[in-house]
Amino acid sequence: MYPRKFDYTAPRTIADAVAALAGDEGAKVMAGGMSLLPLMKMRLLSPATIVDIGRIDGLDRIEDRGDHIAVGALVRHAETAASDLVQTHAPALARAASLTGDVQVRNKGTTCGSLAHADIAADQTAAVIALGATMVATGPGGTREIAAADFFVDTLTSALAPDEILTEVRIPKGGSGSAYDKLGRRGGRSDYAVAGAAAWVDKTNGSITAARVAVTGVGTKPMLVEAVGAALVGTDGSPEAIAAAAEHATEGVTLLEDLYGSEEYKAHLAKVYAARALTEALGG
Amino acid sequence: MSTTSVLGGVVRRKEDPALIRGEGLYVDDIKLPGELAAAFVRSPFAHARISSIDVSAAIAMDGVHAVYTADDVRHLGPVLAQVAVGTLRPPLADGAVHHIGEAVAMVVADDRYIAQDAVDAIFVDYDPLPAVVDLKAAAADEIQAHEGVSNVLLAWSGQDWWPGVTDELPDAKPAIEEAKARDDTVTVSLEMVNQRLIPTAIEPRAVLANWHAGYGSFELWSSTQIPHALAGAIAKIFGLPSNKVRVVAPEVGGGFGLKLNIYPDEILCCFASKELGRPVRWTETRREAPASSIQGRGWVGTATIVGTRDGRILGYELDAICDMGAYSQNFTVAIPLLGLFVAPGQYDIPTAYTLTCVVTNTPTTDAYRGAGRPEAAYYLERIIDRYAREIGMDPAEVRKKNFWQPDQFPATTAVGLTMDSGNYAANLDALLEKVDYEGLKARRDAARAEGRLVGIGLSSYVEVCGFGPSALAGLGFSWSEYGQPAAFNGSGVVRVNPDGSCTVIIGTGPSGQGHETTWAQIVSDQLGIELDQIEVLHGDTAESPFGVGTFGSRSLAVDGTATYEASARVKDKAAAIAAHLLEAAPEDIRFADGGAHVAGSPDKTVSWPEIATSAYQPHTLPDGMEGGLESTAVFSPGNATWPFGSHLALVEVDPDTGNVEILEYWAMDDCGNVVNPMIVDGQIHGGIAQGIGQAMFEAAIYDDDGNLLSSSLMDYPIPTAADLPSFRLDRTTTPTDVNPLGVKGIGEAGTIGSAQTIVNAVVDALAPLGVEHVDMPLRPRNVWQAINGARG
Repeated sequence: MYPRKFDYTAPRTIADAVAALAGDEGAKVMAGGMSLLPLMKMRLLSPATIVDIGRIDGLDRIEDRGDHIAVGALVRHAETAASDLVQTHAPALARAASLTGDVQVRNKGTTCGSLAHADIAADQTAAVIALGATMVATGPGGTREIAAADFFVDTLTSALAPDEILTEVRIPKGGSGSAYDKLGRRGGRSDYAVAGAAAWVDKTNGSITAARVAVTGVGTKPMLVEAVGAALVGTDGSPEAIAAAAEHATEGVTLLEDLYGSEEYKAHLAKVYAARALTEALGG
Repeated sequence: MSTTSVLGGVVRRKEDPALIRGEGLYVDDIKLPGELAAAFVRSPFAHARISSIDVSAAIAMDGVHAVYTADDVRHLGPVLAQVAVGTLRPPLADGAVHHIGEAVAMVVADDRYIAQDAVDAIFVDYDPLPAVVDLKAAAADEIQAHEGVSNVLLAWSGQDWWPGVTDELPDAKPAIEEAKARDDTVTVSLEMVNQRLIPTAIEPRAVLANWHAGYGSFELWSSTQIPHALAGAIAKIFGLPSNKVRVVAPEVGGGFGLKLNIYPDEILCCFASKELGRPVRWTETRREAPASSIQGRGWVGTATIVGTRDGRILGYELDAICDMGAYSQNFTVAIPLLGLFVAPGQYDIPTAYTLTCVVTNTPTTDAYRGAGRPEAAYYLERIIDRYAREIGMDPAEVRKKNFWQPDQFPATTAVGLTMDSGNYAANLDALLEKVDYEGLKARRDAARAEGRLVGIGLSSYVEVCGFGPSALAGLGFSWSEYGQPAAFNGSGVVRVNPDGSCTVIIGTGPSGQGHETTWAQIVSDQLGIELDQIEVLHGDTAESPFGVGTFGSRSLAVDGTATYEASARVKDKAAAIAAHLLEAAPEDIRFADGGAHVAGSPDKTVSWPEIATSAYQPHTLPDGMEGGLESTAVFSPGNATWPFGSHLALVEVDPDTGNVEILEYWAMDDCGNVVNPMIVDGQIHGGIAQGIGQAMFEAAIYDDDGNLLSSSLMDYPIPTAADLPSFRLDRTTTPTDVNPLGVKGIGEAGTIGSAQTIVNAVVDALAPLGVEHVDMPLRPRNVWQAINGARG
């Protein structure tokens, strides 16, 4: 629990932070530090420099931007969970944030930090995918937008370049509901997800017009399972329709066994939680 | 006890304000000028020969003062065990490593960061050997954990473990076999795993050693449960009289048995301090703790009951293989023996047992909260449930039918030990009434009718604790090899100071239990000195009477009694002084409200400061009376104490995920008389939490090569308050006559009673599907597999 030696810098602007990253191959961004510091203490990761973005103004806001809401890079999990804006327009994300870590972690760690860390058993990853969010990356060349569904590349690997910072995540308004549910490693919803699923649905005149389901904890990365949404669109969203759609919950997922579940069990849970998230998203 | 007694009263813990504010002093809070930091190179293999160790790069680093390997420290000898069966642990691995995380080299540097960097720069060349982890494979001796040495250390069976203490008992086996052969009996068996656990104290172990060359003495701060034994060990190893070693255990942030050991790092920090002439500190990291301290449990075994169809148990058999890990440390092989002491539980039943202790390439196992007794209670109470289900009888009825009856106490059990007191049926009845057992069963059955998986689990238990009788020393239960022969005596000093305040110094010490409050209550009750005028000191071998330490739920029953007796002697002397000052007869003196008065004359009073002042001015005392006002008492009980109780849980299983939710948890414990109900409840709360931790969450998981897969808290989930229901506690009171306080002990009871309560409840919930058993931990995956298996 004693990290190797590292340099530390706390720039005041995003531009300075990006410059610090760009000039140092061994640099890593730190927001709340809840994922980075344990890895450093275990010496599993030894960055040459920590670029602490915690003193940059303006990143700690959740904003209403008309057709979407934006969650800044320094918004803590607890703030995401408690936000009226998030609860109104992205209940799946509010719920996932409320189930992230423990109280101390939620008060210190950030939503964007958890997303950038890309842990395969994190909660908010699935939520932003299902919500169709856009990730905004800022690098030396300015900002670029990455669809949440394309953001998570592999275990602990995101689409961010080493000199990019996830400065905000934008969640489009709209749809008739969203939800997130999971089974935690300590049973119930406690601890990392053994399996979790987030769902977003749009229902018009009794018919599902659009739906997205993302799963986490069960495979090599959190991911959008398009087959579930596709199977649900055009149905009435009845329990039977949900159950049938949820059967597709592992399509395209590379399942990964761990101490908490075999591949068979994880596949089963993906279906159970896809159905539960859809049911809740539809107000069931 | 007087009606104004503070005994039995809820008194807020004196120690809590400092602990809660972070103002308590733990080892890591104590800083010495010039101190150096140690770190260890630890083995990445479970079993390997060490071909070479290259320390040259490390020793060349700036800030590194020394690197030690086996060659430097072999002369210190292995760490001695109380029960010296099996291979003892060398201070640093000597030629071979035998478990993951075994210390291979020690670095001492200016600070811990440099020390860790130096650890990374040490290159050890290992020649890996096959490792043995599986207990059945270990017992078969196909792969040997130590080359050329049998894995099987011994098998506890019969009464050979208690020579000269118990009477020769007849072998129960023939009668049990005869019962099995009868047409009118039922025999049920279950093979069950009682998995390995990692104790996980919130404060990891910590050591700070300081050699005083000028005085030829050591000072050693350690987060330990046994400061006196540690002082004896250090003295013996370094060739000093024990009064040249001062060990201080300041605040200790959780013990649970893992700090009831003498560890090589304690010895090595002393060695390095003496070599380098500087204080040397080592604080265990959370990362290394699973393998640098002991682990607990680790049994696989079969429990069998033969009984009649109307619920009379005719025989109980327990045949288990018990995992000792790679080295024998403190008690190690004696932990299963502690389980044997309570193998027949609350029941008057013939009992036969074989507990085979085997060595594996894993960290040592030793005492972990309950230490053998949770394992024993688990096997017995699980198979009784299985038996009750087989004969279609209510599990509470089966238990009651086989209980020892109150008029049979003191009761000598099937393992030859005598239990002090018990009223088992009344205790269980009190629990069943409290939970409205019939109503609860109706609630379960109604839920079942809706297709829900709801179950009730019950367990009774008996504990043996309050160690204990001096004769235990004959079994090797003492640190005599370290020149500390005292078995399990308790000790206490009560001193009234010249200003009338009172200092109590005890031979045991808390690791969170609240000794400072409990002991103050005992003394305040005797002397009438206000609680805030009583200071309880502990854990410093330079000032405290010789003490055995805190473990085995023994502190109150043994050391508490010593303090009680010391305060009674002080009270007698103070009464004589007060009588002299008040010109009354000593037998007429009463103590209350911060002083003494004459019975019937409440205005004839003298305060404690006045009594104390007189005591320290002998010319004011009665002729011939010695000055001073203090007493030291040593108490050696004639028997251990035998608390008991019954627990009951209501659970619901999610059939889709296997997730278990504890809907209700009740405990009806009986630990004899209670000094502080709040502290007792707190002990039960923590004990149940750890039992539920085993039942539902925790498991030390190794792969076949002996790698510990659950080596961090990410992979070793321990329960938090948020994961547990609100426990509903109550108690019956059956005092013991083993000590004058009538107290038994409560530190481990919650753990001993709870794991099988949960498993019994889950199996009851799954019974409609035909599930007979699910091994712990009842993680959702395991429960779901059982459901799936039953559904085919």
